[in-house]
Amino acid sequence: MNTFNKFLIASLLTLLLAAATVVVAQTGTPPRVVEISAKKFEFTPNVVTLKKDEPVTIHFTSTDRAHGLLVKAFKIDLDADLGKPADVTITPHEAGSFAAICDHYCGSGHGNMKMTFVVE
Amino acid sequence: MAKPFDRRSFMRLSAASLGAGALLRFMPFGTTVNGSTLGTLLGARNGEAPGPFSIVQLSDTHVGFQGPPDPLGTKAFERAVDAVNALDPQPDLILFTGDLTHDSEDPAEHAKRFAAFKTISGRLRVKKRMHVPGEHDAALDGGTLFREHFGETHYSFDHRGVHFVALDNVSAGKPIVGAEQIAWLKKDLARYPKTAPIVVFTHRPLFDLKPEWEWFTSDGDEVMNVLAPYDAVTVLYGHIHRLNHTTLGKSQHYAARSLIFAFPEPPATSTADKKPLPFDKTQPFRNLGIREITGNGARHTLSVNDVELTSRELSGTEGVQQILKTGDFL
Repeated sequence: MNTFNKFLIASLLTLLLAAATVVVAQTGTPPRVVEISAKKFEFTPNVVTLKKDEPVTIHFTSTDRAHGLLVKAFKIDLDADLGKPADVTITPHEAGSFAAICDHYCGSGHGNMKMTFVVE
Repeated sequence: MAKPFDRRSFMRLSAASLGAGALLRFMPFGTTVNGSTLGTLLGARNGEAPGPFSIVQLSDTHVGFQGPPDPLGTKAFERAVDAVNALDPQPDLILFTGDLTHDSEDPAEHAKRFAAFKTISGRLRVKKRMHVPGEHDAALDGGTLFREHFGETHYSFDHRGVHFVALDNVSAGKPIVGAEQIAWLKKDLARYPKTAPIVVFTHRPLFDLKPEWEWFTSDGDEVMNVLAPYDAVTVLYGHIHRLNHTTLGKSQHYAARSLIFAFPEPPATSTADKKPLPFDKTQPFRNLGIREITGNGARHTLSVNDVELTSRELSGTEGVQQILKTGDFL
């Protein structure tokens, strides 16, 4: 590797480091990640507790087939399939219990596939 | 079956129920418009003169469903077929608003259930029968089996001066109509004046009735925005296994009883389980029923009559008192 290429790589790394520093400085701590897994006909966990006004990233996965995660109160409408997770970051601003359902039909037990978000 | 069931008895039962609070409803259907002009327009499209019509809506037969709470299987569906066959005169057409079958993970088994549905519905004397899928028919296979048996999952046609639109809000797997179908709907309706009487039939409600129980369509607002300019829109649907009448703007939305089991009034709490009403062997067909829609495409009138299968004329096991109980209907 010649001197010019070494200089180029060093410059790029410096820029990337600077950019990362700016992002952290601007956003602070990354949002807490909450894992929610779906399979016929249940969510795990089936109760998730969030803190009011705290940003949180929902990481939604499926272990069998296509499922949905619909929370009208948070405007969440995610779809996950086997090997195809989905993410969304939200900040709940209202305390209470909020129902979430699977809105991707997954079989005869689908009608009561649900979980609860509790915001404290 | 019970004694012959003519239209007079149907109307008498409806009128009796009206006394209990709420069954028979009469809706003016574009009353400000010159019916004959519009009728001529609609009639010219299919060569059919606008005029009186009679339609029956049957919903949520769930052929193949086995298990609690209802051990009746297809008996309510078969009884409904007998009741409709006894109507004199016969209705012009029958609308099935989804969940004709109960799904199965085994496609061959599900195909048998479609065949069983067609065997029973084939006993109807009315040969003009239109269908839309429910999620139990079409959500697992994207509507493949439904299309094999009944053709497209959305379509439209004119009948007696009324424009009918079948909408599919199930076969995407989610409660959604979808951009492609909404674009088709816009194009379909653009041919009609804003005063045209329109009947939409679909499976799920097109509004947020109880989202926690999946009683909604996620893009129902977009569908209703397309329909909003029209003066006389009636939406007939199933899915919720109980009666409901909701007015949204100028449109009227009617949910039909099922022919398998009933759901209760949804509780206010958002996390309550969705459980069918318990089966009562002394009143086996309670909360199950059929609907007749009558009207006149030339005069722009339409009425919706719901009759419970426990009516004496229908079941032979229950009296008219059964449908007079306050609270049976919304």
